[in-house]
Amino acid sequence: MLLAEEVRPRIATAGMTAYYGPVPGVKNVSLAFAPNQVHALIGPSGCGKSTFLRSLNRLHEETPGARVTGLVSLDGEDVYGSRVDLRRLRRRVGMVFQKPTPFPTMSIYDNVAAGLRLDGRVPRAVLNHAVERALTVAALWAEVKDRLHTSATALSGGQQQRLCIARTIAPEPEVILLDEPTASLDPQGTQRIEELLFNLKERFTIIIVTHNMQQAARVSDTTSFFYLGELIETGVTRQIFTAPKETRTEAYITGRFG
Amino acid sequence: MRKEFRRWKSRVMVALLVVATVLAVAPLVLILGTLIVKGAGSIDLGFFTRLPVPAGESGGGVAHAIVGTLLIVGAGCLIGLPIGIGAGIFAAEWPGSIVAKTTRFIADVLNGTPSIVVGVFAWTWIVARQKHFSGLAGSAALAVIMIPMVMRTTEEMVKLVPHSLREAALALGYSRWRTSLGIVVRTCLPGIVTGSLLAVARVAGETAPLLFTALGSQYMSRDLQQPMAALPLVVFTYASGPYDDWHRLAWATALVLIIVVFVLSLAARIATRRRFDAPR
Repeated sequence: MLLAEEVRPRIATAGMTAYYGPVPGVKNVSLAFAPNQVHALIGPSGCGKSTFLRSLNRLHEETPGARVTGLVSLDGEDVYGSRVDLRRLRRRVGMVFQKPTPFPTMSIYDNVAAGLRLDGRVPRAVLNHAVERALTVAALWAEVKDRLHTSATALSGGQQQRLCIARTIAPEPEVILLDEPTASLDPQGTQRIEELLFNLKERFTIIIVTHNMQQAARVSDTTSFFYLGELIETGVTRQIFTAPKETRTEAYITGRFG
Repeated sequence: MRKEFRRWKSRVMVALLVVATVLAVAPLVLILGTLIVKGAGSIDLGFFTRLPVPAGESGGGVAHAIVGTLLIVGAGCLIGLPIGIGAGIFAAEWPGSIVAKTTRFIADVLNGTPSIVVGVFAWTWIVARQKHFSGLAGSAALAVIMIPMVMRTTEEMVKLVPHSLREAALALGYSRWRTSLGIVVRTCLPGIVTGSLLAVARVAGETAPLLFTALGSQYMSRDLQQPMAALPLVVFTYASGPYDDWHRLAWATALVLIIVVFVLSLAARIATRRRFDAPR
């Protein structure tokens, strides 16, 4: 993983363990994610990849009884430090979920503007500009520009997911976490999201959890394989898929288990 | 043969369902029909604007009771809805806490308590201490009836909002309270309003708790510290009176009560309609 080691990582973990009550969901993981790349996390269900992802923006601790030990750093700053402002952290580390989650009481416009409005009143012109920009980057502008003030839930599933991506990128985060963002979409919707990732990585650092190994191979620069809560192997995607060092990685990507 | 049998089975089931539906709706239609037949004839504009006349004279209205019901129920809502909705949101957001469990249990017990018991309770604590009947004591009694109903429906409605929505808001940087109120509660607001309306409709027709508290009055009273008339009390008085004229007034008043509840529901629904296409 030459590239990643040369560049200072945008977000990194060191000996990070995430618990559900007394049970660790992720054990002692140390990973570094270089900026402006797409990083894929793969592994069978329940292997802890989602838990790992949710520990990066401290969403894991919103589950009752959950906690995290070890180190997570964003640009060298401790994410779990006592003086960290959660709102600022989550503004810098955005997240998109498996199921599209547009806010049903808000219009398309208000959904995209939701994150920006958290910091108090924003001038209308600035907001308009930011919403148009986010929707354009999310490849949704052309489809919704004439109905910005209509219900967000009237959109198709794929459009809703792109709306959620627009909502996530509108506050200009540094890192975007995607938790199986295409799992509930049809092939066409999936393809559009994957195309989007290529453009997004020019401006953001992207970490994507996926069950779909073809997807990981198509979209990512580096891939990490999780199994039973442990990080088994990490490396440049092509190497992981063509010459994995661990037998378990090979067994998983060739479909022998998982 | 088998196909024929299934077809018959289907027809019998459909017939049973139709019968059940008719049986369920019949009382409603009968009540409304009777009210309109017996009550509508006595209703004119004066019925809404005038006060009662002495027994023996014909005419007169129930303006005092319409105002009384609106004031008593309105004040009851001001007391009961914030507490009920707040408790419901709390119980849904912290479902495992001892406070939530206790409150939920008490609410369930209170929901099964006859309303006359609540009336006696309000009499003991408010009327007996103040040494006079008052509309406000009636409002308090109605609020006590509303709180557990509103709390439980609010709790159910909040719990129906998908967890993913809450996480999406948190991940966007929403604080917990803003997630609760701005996203979760706002999403299920129509459900909370419906639950509150059901509670309002229920207490607007309550008679027993008001007998001990608001007492009733023959005069126009806008002071919640004084005894007050209310539509159910007027129905009670007129229906149990000896005059035919009173019986007609009782029917008409009952019809007005239903109309008032209907108009309140309609207004609240229109007010909380989702407005996406409204120009902004």
